[in-house]
Amino acid sequence: MSNHAIVKTQEEIAALFRQDLVTGVGRSVKHDSAPKHVSGEAVYVDDRLEFPNQLHVYARMSDRAHARILKIDTTPCYAIPGVAIAITSQDVPGQLDIGAVAPGDPLLADGKVEFIGQPVIAVAADSLETARKAAMAAIIEYEDLEPVLDVVDALRKKHFVLDSHTHQRGDAEAALAAAPRRLTGSLHIGGQEHFYLETQVSSVMPTEDGGMIVYTSTQNPTEVQKLVAEVLGVPMNKIVIDMRRMGGGFGGKETQAAGPACLCAVIARLTGRPTKMRLPRMEDMTMTGKRHPFYVEYEVGFDDSGRLQGVRMDLAGNCGYSPDLSGSIVDRAMFHSDNAYYLGDALIHGHRCKTNTASNTAYRGFGGPQGMVAIEEIMDAIARHLGKDPLEVRKANYYGKHDRNVTHYYQTVEHNMLEEMTAELEASAEYARRRAEIRAFNEKSPVLKKGLALTPVKFGISFTASFLNQAGALVHVYTDGSIHLNHGGTEMGQGLHVKVAQVVAEVFQVDIDRIQITATNTDKVPNTSPTAASSGADLNGKAAQNAAQTIKQRLVEFAARHWNVTEEDVEFKNSQVRIRDQFVSFETLIQQAYFGQVSLSSTGFYRTPKIYYDRDKARGRPFYYYAYGAACSEVIVDTLTGEYKMLRSDILHDVGASLNPAIDIGQVEGGFVQGMGWLTMEELVWNAKGKLMTSGPASYKIPAVADMPLDLRVKLVENRKNPEDTVFHSKAVGEPPFMLGISVWCAIKDAVASLADYRVQPKIDAPATPERVLWGVEQMRKLKVAAAAVERTVEVEH
Amino acid sequence: MIQFLLNRELRTEQSLDPNVTVLNYLREHVGKTGTKEGCASGDCGACTVVVGELTGPAGAERIRYRTLNSCLTFVSSLHGKQLVTVEDLKHNAQLHQVQQAMVDCHGSQCGFCTPGFVMSLFALQKNAETADKAQAHEALAGNLCRCTGYRPILDAAEQSCCQKQPDQFDATEAETVERLKGIAPRETAELNSGDKRCLLPLTVADLADLYAANPQARLLAGGTDLALEVTQFHRELPVMIYVGHVEEMKQVVVTDEAIEIGAATPLTDCYAALAADYPDFGELLHRFASLQIRNQGTLGGNIGNASPIGDSPPLLIALGAQIVLRQGKAVRTLALEDYFIDYKVTARQEGEFIEKIIVPRPRGNQAFRAYKVSKRLDDDISAVCAAFNLVVEDGTVQSARIAFGGMAAIPKRAAACEQALTGAPWYPGVIEEACEALAQDFTPLTDFRASREYRLLTAQNLLRKCFLELQAPAYETRVTAYV
Repeated sequence: MSNHAIVKTQEEIAALFRQDLVTGVGRSVKHDSAPKHVSGEAVYVDDRLEFPNQLHVYARMSDRAHARILKIDTTPCYAIPGVAIAITSQDVPGQLDIGAVAPGDPLLADGKVEFIGQPVIAVAADSLETARKAAMAAIIEYEDLEPVLDVVDALRKKHFVLDSHTHQRGDAEAALAAAPRRLTGSLHIGGQEHFYLETQVSSVMPTEDGGMIVYTSTQNPTEVQKLVAEVLGVPMNKIVIDMRRMGGGFGGKETQAAGPACLCAVIARLTGRPTKMRLPRMEDMTMTGKRHPFYVEYEVGFDDSGRLQGVRMDLAGNCGYSPDLSGSIVDRAMFHSDNAYYLGDALIHGHRCKTNTASNTAYRGFGGPQGMVAIEEIMDAIARHLGKDPLEVRKANYYGKHDRNVTHYYQTVEHNMLEEMTAELEASAEYARRRAEIRAFNEKSPVLKKGLALTPVKFGISFTASFLNQAGALVHVYTDGSIHLNHGGTEMGQGLHVKVAQVVAEVFQVDIDRIQITATNTDKVPNTSPTAASSGADLNGKAAQNAAQTIKQRLVEFAARHWNVTEEDVEFKNSQVRIRDQFVSFETLIQQAYFGQVSLSSTGFYRTPKIYYDRDKARGRPFYYYAYGAACSEVIVDTLTGEYKMLRSDILHDVGASLNPAIDIGQVEGGFVQGMGWLTMEELVWNAKGKLMTSGPASYKIPAVADMPLDLRVKLVENRKNPEDTVFHSKAVGEPPFMLGISVWCAIKDAVASLADYRVQPKIDAPATPERVLWGVEQMRKLKVAAAAVERTVEVEH
Repeated sequence: MIQFLLNRELRTEQSLDPNVTVLNYLREHVGKTGTKEGCASGDCGACTVVVGELTGPAGAERIRYRTLNSCLTFVSSLHGKQLVTVEDLKHNAQLHQVQQAMVDCHGSQCGFCTPGFVMSLFALQKNAETADKAQAHEALAGNLCRCTGYRPILDAAEQSCCQKQPDQFDATEAETVERLKGIAPRETAELNSGDKRCLLPLTVADLADLYAANPQARLLAGGTDLALEVTQFHRELPVMIYVGHVEEMKQVVVTDEAIEIGAATPLTDCYAALAADYPDFGELLHRFASLQIRNQGTLGGNIGNASPIGDSPPLLIALGAQIVLRQGKAVRTLALEDYFIDYKVTARQEGEFIEKIIVPRPRGNQAFRAYKVSKRLDDDISAVCAAFNLVVEDGTVQSARIAFGGMAAIPKRAAACEQALTGAPWYPGVIEEACEALAQDFTPLTDFRASREYRLLTAQNLLRKCFLELQAPAYETRVTAYV
């Protein structure tokens, strides 16, 4: 081994030792890929150099929502030059079904189709355009069957993909009967297209021993590995998944990435050729699942202060045609139907409705946002009914610190920060003053009306399928002191890799530049959980910390032995190591340790403590902790067209002791805007035959730059470590801020409610498109006219 | 043969399929994968590139840099220009200022939209004298980011415009000018592959002759609609004639009576003259698609494709615009409202093309108001687009020209509504009658943008809004006033 390092003096090393590490935990280190993103050098799957002889795959989609397949003739496909193979479900060598948890998702339609967009055949050719042309040339004949397209229809018919489930605490019926006041209502909540900028893509290379290397854009490499192995009928150890980065995921690449990867693998097996499949945008939006639309019916009982006494809620998720992850997603909607509020006696039913649409799937919040929207609608409805400010009703219902602090699934809400956070945000956003100003403005402004709302977020952190709360990592230290870091989490832009690298940097007390971040790879860290449920840094950060800690402990033991000091005498700081009163660089220690025959590589493992959940009893502690947030939004609404603009949003969000404040603020702002988009302009529309009409960005509108609030003030809660023993006492941040967007939806309804003196809750389903807002305005106007007519009648009679 | 500069490299293409987009050319032919495909329909901006063109008087030429969507641009339209992509900005291993600003401000998360944003910021920096929030919004309205929520990207825009330093493009501008002059088109060029051709004439006369000889050809102007036939509908365009080099059709001439706009004038270049006379036309053009599209798309194209939801026709019809149609040497002038006959059916004859659009200048007491209603304020297609051109004197409506988009199979005047207003007192009761009349004028459709009921009510409400606005109220009436 050569050694060309420049030797520093003891004084120089000691001086460095006295300085703090600048890229460790808690620092706003830049995203590791940022310089590559901005220069076009970051490589996504579709940017990889093409393999010689590579095939491109196009899947022909069903154009029927529900039909029996009478005939498939792929002969015409082969008439087109450049076509290598056209496959049907019959050609899959192993298991056909790629359902994530429960079966129901055939890789290619098997005898019947169940939604418009379902892949029926796949064609591979020397170009995507040729494959598409050939796929469209196949002859497919159907016999139409009756589809179910409406979630309410499915609910009434009990047409479910999975059984319904109930959370129950106390006697809700009795509480409702005894309550001084009662309200019933219903609400439709729209779905949401992920609109990751990079569509689903996989590239597969056959290897010897019948294996495959799969380059894919997925949040769940292990599951893709398992499913590729299953469709090929080989053991998992033949398959390697390599996942460097995604161009956005948001839940849309948790299960939905598997289809293209498996189709590529089957075709690569059948042809022996490397194979790539990238979905064009329209195909991606038509074929893949989205956020679940929900239909909610509720009955609530409350007292004159607006405090809930009993709640009955039916949450009906539109799951599409198959179970996918809908079991857990509807569960999470139920777990979050309280949001921040003590429900009193509660009876929460969750239904998993089957419709002939694409199978809805994970999306940031995983059902939680839909549950929260339902209870926030209820808060507003109570406030309008009582003529109170909605914030007052919300605060009256917050979970208590010592009593009224047990959820409807029997988890005690600990370390609840919402009272203090709400007070801080109310003050910093000047809620009271602006409330008064807005009332005055609305008096004088006949066309434009302003609205204001402050809404809280309490979001449970942990996979509710408890076994998923585990992670692994692999750390190597090379003899030059450089570090190779690998873990089971995937990078989709959220800055997971830089956070985990900061954790390792902190443990070794070395600069982050020394750490090479590498592609997530199933042959480095096996049996990983999806990067989902906001868990990426919590789980993988801890696993990497443990791996690094193991190596560090070996180094400490070695140094104590080598220099004949105690372990307490060995201290790491800023890439230097103090050994009692002597200083060596980190590299020197590593070299000495190597010569001392110390293992410089370690795996690390972590599983979340404390959590348990008995689903049969619907009781337990499914969440390790809660993340909190609050947002106050002001909007202005045009009562002649229903158009609106976001004027200002103030956000206060809790991330515990932040691993990286800049990255966390990026998650908070991005989540908020995405949540706002879901509840405002992002509208999925299907036609009467079940075809998605909003299948591209020309028709499906996600927020653009002008849609962000004109004045956006985001703050992280300071000096509040996570009381639980999470990685450096940080909190998860991926999903919780998404639900801050609910404040915008409530503010729009507040503006509309001003038209009827804030005494009636406008019926504005989500998303609050300009059209729905205008119908809310019309509802208010008609009430005003009717009320005025009554007044006139009364006057005449007198 | 066509020639262009790929940054500093001269590219000559002789036999390239004219249906190849710049995006696919870069990724598949050149092997530059920094430019991303997000939608292939011009709606997300991930594929944004910058094109440099000569501008200014002979002898004092400069290079004007503009963004466009490479997914909607055929390679043929690069002829004689400079193409700059995200790979070209880094210089001597140093990030360009706009790239560094994006890094400094944490402007990228997943990074997939980032190359497009970087190119929009690059063009913004080249064109903006100062850091101006409105200009930054305009420059970025056609770039979608799903991760950040845009705040850090706006910060990067501010940083890169505030700290503008000369870059390698400035240092080599004189040389690039000379190189572009060297490849400036001097005669009709042609790009062909097999039986697919694109012809690139330089004069109206040549265009007319070529079109007469090839009446089956598709006229390619900005291509922002035509290219969708290739990228979204997977059709082949065997013969195209590119009108972007016909300088006579890219002129905007303002006389005492009219604004005459060459049909091939990009919408960006129509803005100044139209906004000066008709501020609401300016507001609409700001919300017309995105800057990338407006840099490419032309006023003639927006009329020529005869979409029922094109944004400019309702305004032009209300203003009484005329179009000049040419076929060979024959020229005729037609009121724009007579051009649209039925859904995608026009009065244009075979081999005939729109040469220019003539928009009357405003008269003293004329009031013009226009409104666009869509789900998203920026870069969206109208559910309803309305334009009111009214003359009210002494409390009486002297004349009313009112046109709508999104309400029928074509952009159309509201005849019954106009009749209800003309000669009537300018009075709320009359407005209500005119609103009733709108229900006779239109039976709009329900689609994913809006229901028929919403369209009709909104159309009526826009007339009510127009009435309120013409009373010069002390209160705001548009959410777009809040910026």
